[in-house]
Amino acid sequence: MVVAQDVEPSDADLVARCRRGDRDAWDALVVRFSRYVYAIATQAFRLPQHDAEDVFQDVFTKSFERLGSLRSDDAIRPWIGQLTRNCCLDHLRASGRIVLVEEPEDRAADDAIARLDEAITVRESLEHLGEECREVLDRFFCRDESYRTIGEELGIPAGTIASRISRCLGHLRADLEGRNAAAPPSSGQVTT
Amino acid sequence: MTTHNDEHLGELLRLLPPAPAAWVTAAQELPLARVQLDALVERAEVDAAFRASVVADLEMAIRASGVEPSPVVVEHLRKLLSR
Repeated sequence: MVVAQDVEPSDADLVARCRRGDRDAWDALVVRFSRYVYAIATQAFRLPQHDAEDVFQDVFTKSFERLGSLRSDDAIRPWIGQLTRNCCLDHLRASGRIVLVEEPEDRAADDAIARLDEAITVRESLEHLGEECREVLDRFFCRDESYRTIGEELGIPAGTIASRISRCLGHLRADLEGRNAAAPPSSGQVTT
Repeated sequence: MTTHNDEHLGELLRLLPPAPAAWVTAAQELPLARVQLDALVERAEVDAAFRASVVADLEMAIRASGVEPSPVVVEHLRKLLSR
């Protein structure tokens, strides 16, 4: 198993530090949830880039302002997810592109968000892997880089990348299965 | 999550590409500057002379309001004033 050398702070740690005015913690929190917010806006709600950028900034501004109202520091992920969903709907309503909330499109968005929740769980496991695996999996799957580009950037033979990806996916799977076995059942009402 | 085969893991990883770097930087910087920038824009809306001085030198106006005029903050103020 390839394990990360540096231990990432938990969501709850980051939130607690943000509340104390820790600027570095805020920067880290934005980085941690930036992909999630971006994906909800552009994939679940299919907002064009310009609108997605407005929503993205709105979500993090509101997160910053309302962090004190978060009931449980551990619940930051569903809280930000719900906040992003609401900001997207507000944006669509303001632009006149939807009128009702419970439209089929809205249910489709909820389904897409559920899938993104699954994706972010995988992403969290990715952060537990060592740098070598994090880099190669992120570049190949998330940044859509070719074997050649990855090889050049990481200084490894392109011919070994496929086997490295396969090995790292195995580590990722092991981490996920370990986490699933240890995780308590999730629950929780989210208020934004 | 039920299965963790390679294909499924790959599909899920692909769902979370990085957000544009400029958006992330802005999200890190803007909430901290928001109150001061909002006050600045509010005053500029009712005071034409003040607005002219702000538009003439955005960086100085931002600095005078107590905020570091990073490119992201300057661009955001420019956008707010153009609305």
